[in-house]
This record gives sequence, structure tokens and C-alpha cells, in this order.
Amino acid sequence: MTRENDGFSQHISQQFNDELESLRTRLLEMGGLVEKQVYDAVTALIEADGKLAEKVRENDNATNAMERQIDEECMRILARRQPAASDLRLVVNISKIIVDLERIGDEASKIARRALQLIEEGQAPRGYVECRHIGYHVHKMVQQSLDSFARYDSRQALEVAQEDKIVDREYKTAMREMVTYMMEDPRSISRVLNILWVLRSLERVGDHARNVAEHVIHMVEGTNVRHLSLKRMAEEVGRSGRS
Amino acid sequence: MNTESTMNMQTSLPQTDKMTVSATTALPQTGDRLSMENETIKIQVNDLKLYYGNDQALKGIDMVIPERKVTAFIGPSGCGKSTLLRCFNRMNDLVDICRITGEVLIGGKNIYDRDVDVAELRRNVGMVFQKPNPFPKTIYENVAYGLRLQGVRSKRVLDEVVEQSLRSAALWDEVKDRLHDNAFGMSGGQQQRLVIARAIAIQPQVLLLDEPASALDPISTLKIEELINDLKDEYTIVIVTHNMQQAARVSDYTAFMYMGELIEFGDTNTLFTNPGRKQTEDYITGRYG
Repeated sequence: MTRENDGFSQHISQQFNDELESLRTRLLEMGGLVEKQVYDAVTALIEADGKLAEKVRENDNATNAMERQIDEECMRILARRQPAASDLRLVVNISKIIVDLERIGDEASKIARRALQLIEEGQAPRGYVECRHIGYHVHKMVQQSLDSFARYDSRQALEVAQEDKIVDREYKTAMREMVTYMMEDPRSISRVLNILWVLRSLERVGDHARNVAEHVIHMVEGTNVRHLSLKRMAEEVGRSGRS
Repeated sequence: MNTESTMNMQTSLPQTDKMTVSATTALPQTGDRLSMENETIKIQVNDLKLYYGNDQALKGIDMVIPERKVTAFIGPSGCGKSTLLRCFNRMNDLVDICRITGEVLIGGKNIYDRDVDVAELRRNVGMVFQKPNPFPKTIYENVAYGLRLQGVRSKRVLDEVVEQSLRSAALWDEVKDRLHDNAFGMSGGQQQRLVIARAIAIQPQVLLLDEPASALDPISTLKIEELINDLKDEYTIVIVTHNMQQAARVSDYTAFMYMGELIEFGDTNTLFTNPGRKQTEDYITGRYG
């Protein structure tokens, strides 16, 4: 279900074209930054790279500022252009997507903070395998959700939503494992707790990636699939005759 | 739909099974997204073709217009929306070169049947135009005019109807102290509401509005829109507008027309957020069609 991306270039108003195009580009910029934040945060944790973790913490301000700017731009377009149909869905969904992206940025920042604590304590890593696995998994989801946005690809967005289910399962398994660690060795509790927070953050990143994907489906298909089961969502995506 | 059993069919038309045609099947290309099950159908248009001389202005329109709802016609200039609107009270009869085939059923009766009294039809189907056209008379006389034509003499009845109509048209408070001033002394927005008051004074069933707010300032426009919203409890309203935001604001159903054809007819909310046809999408988003 891909759609031509240059649909914005066909407005009678050239300026409106430019505004929508720039809005889209800025969203992808913000997405690119957030995606890197997740990747860097997980890498900083696993490789005990304090500098990288610091950098992630600093970059969070940039994503916050971008969210504010894009939000203002969306408002301005709504007020001045009164977009309809696919333009309206584009603008409204962008203003929703940036909220999820900003939260993903927050989670990355939290992971970086835990990473710094863990690096300070400096003991043999436990639970890092799980963090790496889930971390790279959700990072890929974020990447794919942004791809689906760039390509107007609702099928790819659907796949992201389906992936989230797998992440939830992996998260539960990892939690059980962490509990086992804590029971085996009570001295590890404070460290493992930090790891637990990291896992929790990663699981949240997966949820936000799923939200982004749902917004993309709404934008492309025109049907709101929020809070629908995966099965219903797949039906909605499959049903559409859009091209 | 229940009104159709009494409808008078033109025998020259090939379709004979129209009694069983449901409202939804008569609609073009709206897919499964439009449900009019809960609506009573006030106007049904069957294969309506209209020619101005050799030019075909309407190319076989099929549609239904629900009762006590606001239906908006949108489309680029020359797409036939005003022409279609004028068919609903036979205003096109006044154009010499105009030829019409097909049916327009209002309350189940084909208004193009020979036995239809056009004056009676226009009493039931009122119309308001782009430019307010009050008579060069007092405000009171403008509203009372239709009733006087019908032979109403009683001052009490006239007073009552004038007040009620002006109230319905959200104009009473502004003009109650100068009912006997000339209507030309009113602002454009007030004149337009006066014309609407005049139209509803004779209690029509259907109100046709042809660009009613296009010559008005934004505040008067909002007042007219507010009025439309109030009036739909009692009247079936059909409005032609160039202003898409206006169509989006006031109507329950929207029809998009292009080059004499009905391209899409649907629930206004759906049509403006997720239209089913690409032509509709291009038009309402301001793209090249």
C-alpha cells in the first residue's frame, strides 16, 4: 500500500506544497535523531561507554525543541490553510507522531542515565544480553515505523505493530530472568533493578513505535486503528483499495 | 422511503422497479461507508439529465436527499451544482433552451409530472439566492408578502407569522423596533436573513440555498450558518456553496459534482477527512484535478 510521496507537489498553492513538504522533512529529521538516541543509549549501556551516555543525555534537549517547533508549525498550517482529507490527516498525525517520538527520546535519555549508574558501579554485567536483544529489536521498530511514514506504507506500519507483541513477550521473559538473578544473589538487587528499569524503558519504546505505526496507518488509510486488535488492524489495512 | 409507495412514475422511463431500489443502491461510488438507513428520504433524483441547447449540463444524476438534514453541493464552477439545485423547484423552466429528462421525486411525487402546479411546488420548495433580493417594501411587508398572496388578511395572523419567521431567521431582536422601515436600509447580512425569513414564512418543506453567504462578511456568514443549523430541525435544506469549509461546517451530507456528474455523495465527516474518490480528494485539498 505505498503511495506516491510527491503528492504534496500537486497543490495549486506552491507555498502550501512547500509547507507540507518541509513539515514532513522535519518530522523525519526528528525521527532520525530519536532513532539514533535509542541506538546510542543501548550501545552506551552494553559497551559501558560513559561519554556516549552523556551525549544521549544532552541530545534530549534537541528532540524536545524539535517537538515544540514541529507542533507550532502544525498549528500554523491548521490555522492558515485549513487542510482537508489526506492533508488534514498528514498534519494531525504528524502532530501526534512527534509526541511519541519525544517520549521515545525521553526513554532513551532514561536508559542513558541508568547506563551511567551501572558504569559507575562497574560490576560484571548481568542482563545485558536481554537489554541488547530487546534494545536492538525496538530500535529497528522505530526505524521501520519512520520508514513506513516516509513511504506511506501502511503494510510496513502494520508489521511494526505486530512486532510490538513479540517485544512484549520478550520483555516478560527477561523480567522473569531478572527476578531469578535477584533471588540467586541478593547482593545484585540494586544493579538488577537498574537493568529492570532499562528493560521497562525499552518496552515503552516499542509501545511508542507501535503508536507511530498506528498513526501512519491512519494517515495512509484514513481509518483510525488505535486500540484495535492486531487482527482488526490487519483487516483494515488489507481492505483498503488505495494505491 | 415510505413515501415512495405513493409516487407517481413517469411511464416513459425504462426503469420500472424503482419502488424496490433502496436509497443506498441509488448512490454512486460511496462504497459501504454511507448508511442512510436512519434517514427519511425527502428528495430522490433518478437519472436526471439536463441540456442547455446542445450542451449537457447534468449527465444522469442519481441521488437522494434526506429529510431534515443539510445537504451541501460542492464542486468547481460550471460543474452543475446550481443547475441541479434549481431543478428542485423547477427554476430551470424559466430558461427557454433548457430540456430535462429523468425524475425528481419530492415526497414521492415527480415534480416534472404534467399535473404538478409549479406555483404550489415553489411554495413548498423555497429558494434563497446569492445576493439578497428583498422587495422594495418594509421589513414587515417583505415577510408578510407570501401570506398576503395566499389571501391571508388577518392582522393578528400576519403579525404572528412575521414575528415567528423573523425569530426563526435570528433577526427579530435586531429589527423589532423598525419593522416598518424599508428593507433596503438593512445590512447585507440582515437582508439575507430577511429573505430567509420571507422564505420560511410560508412554511415550505424544502429550503434551497444557492451560495447564501458568498456576498457576506465573516460574521454575517457565521450567523447564516448558525441559522441553517437551527432551521434543519424543521426543514430539509440543500445548499450550494463554493466555500468548502462552509460545506464542512454546516452540512450533514455532501455531494461533490464535477462536469455535470455526481462524483461522490457521502456523510460530510467522512467526505472531508477520508474521501472515497481521488477526484474528490484533489478538489477538497486544492490539487489539480
